[in-house]
Amino acid sequence: MPVLRIPTPLRSYTSGQSEVNVSGGNISDALTDLTAQYPTIKPHIFNDGGELRPFVNLFIGENNIKDLQGVATPIKDGDRLVLIPSIAGG
Amino acid sequence: MLPELSREEILRYSRHLLIPEVGLEGQRKLKNSSALIIGTGGLGSPVALYLAAAGIGRIGLVDYDVVDSSNLQRQVIHGTSTVGKLKVESARDKLIDLNPDIQVDVYNEPFTSENALRIARDYDIILDGTDNFPTRYLTNDVAVFLGKPNVYASIYRFDGQASVFYAKEGPCYRCLFPEPPPPGLVPSCAEGGVLGVLPGTIGTIQATEALKVLLGIGEPLIGKLLLYNALDMTFDFVKLKKNPNCRVCGPNADIKELIDYEEFCGVPSHDHEEGSAGAGLDITVQELSERLATNHFKLLDVREPHELEISALPNAKNIPLGQLAARLSELDTADEMVIFCKSGGRSARGLELLVSAGFKKVKNLKGGINAWAREVDPEVPIY
Repeated sequence: MPVLRIPTPLRSYTSGQSEVNVSGGNISDALTDLTAQYPTIKPHIFNDGGELRPFVNLFIGENNIKDLQGVATPIKDGDRLVLIPSIAGG
Repeated sequence: MLPELSREEILRYSRHLLIPEVGLEGQRKLKNSSALIIGTGGLGSPVALYLAAAGIGRIGLVDYDVVDSSNLQRQVIHGTSTVGKLKVESARDKLIDLNPDIQVDVYNEPFTSENALRIARDYDIILDGTDNFPTRYLTNDVAVFLGKPNVYASIYRFDGQASVFYAKEGPCYRCLFPEPPPPGLVPSCAEGGVLGVLPGTIGTIQATEALKVLLGIGEPLIGKLLLYNALDMTFDFVKLKKNPNCRVCGPNADIKELIDYEEFCGVPSHDHEEGSAGAGLDITVQELSERLATNHFKLLDVREPHELEISALPNAKNIPLGQLAARLSELDTADEMVIFCKSGGRSARGLELLVSAGFKKVKNLKGGINAWAREVDPEVPIY
């Protein structure tokens, strides 16, 4: 299964888990699976229209899905997905 | 023409002069260069100390705050003896003590759309060590408009990020984050906390990148973002590309001048969690104190459970803000209620949630339990 890495600010919505196994053939499926496992994370990733929020950056390995095929980007076993949060502390 | 080094400077920088990548010419380049550091807090502390020690000829410091004892857990440029002093003055004194050969210019003012271009114009490089989204977008846009590298870093709890945003050669901050998160979604360090050593780790990386860019050596983090987690001790790198739709550095950019960044982000450009729910929705600690004696109402504490060990109000029900939406059934819309947190920010958002769920008799405790501790009960610690 692909593994999704959860950044600290969102871990309170994944019961503290830093990594979540997600299933599906593409990013969209994987995120649907994530929000099924942890429903309270949904508003932090999707807007009311069900689209990925513009400040949410999701990378496969070291590539931004925006530079690939967006949420239609295919994924496979062993892929490492990383959610990158917008943080502002200094 | 690069400036010469004095005999004293040659001795001071001898460990640099021994590295072929720096050498005498590199050290003279550093002496000839200038760096503007936005914020003299957690990140700004190590950044300023190491850039001063490295012999950057002129360092600019922008901050308008005063040193508070709650800063000292991580802001190591300041000290117990400078609590209450202006941060830029406290920092300048430390830098001049560390390296009297450099020039330190201080700007005791908030970095705003009105003064930012004027302040930043005369510096070779900008280092973003601010603590809020509006100033981060402002710093990015200033760097793009002036064609300067923006050495970026940001921190939260155990997580750090660093990159060099240089629109001439790669993506800018807005290419990665076209829009800020909605207000309240991402907690600040004042709300969520930060491991004290984290800005040390990330700030020294920021200083390293600045030195590499100024010296023209190595591979700066242009087009790359470093993601650090202190708990897992992981360093991940991802590739960043220029966003063709970027509104400030893309080919069809429509933002050509500085904007109102507080409006753009929907939050104030500081990280002081002084929360207010707005007119008619707040209650002051004095009012609460008077009314507690006569009225019956429920107290709702929306802080995290571990914060209750620091301070608490008697008979308050605790539902952490993150769980409030899911636990509304534990509350009664008929009850009069006062909602509070540490300083009033989270509770203001909690109040918004309650009001939208049909609660009409809720007030937000302005300034939170810290205001209660300051103004009503000195036995309660402030944190």
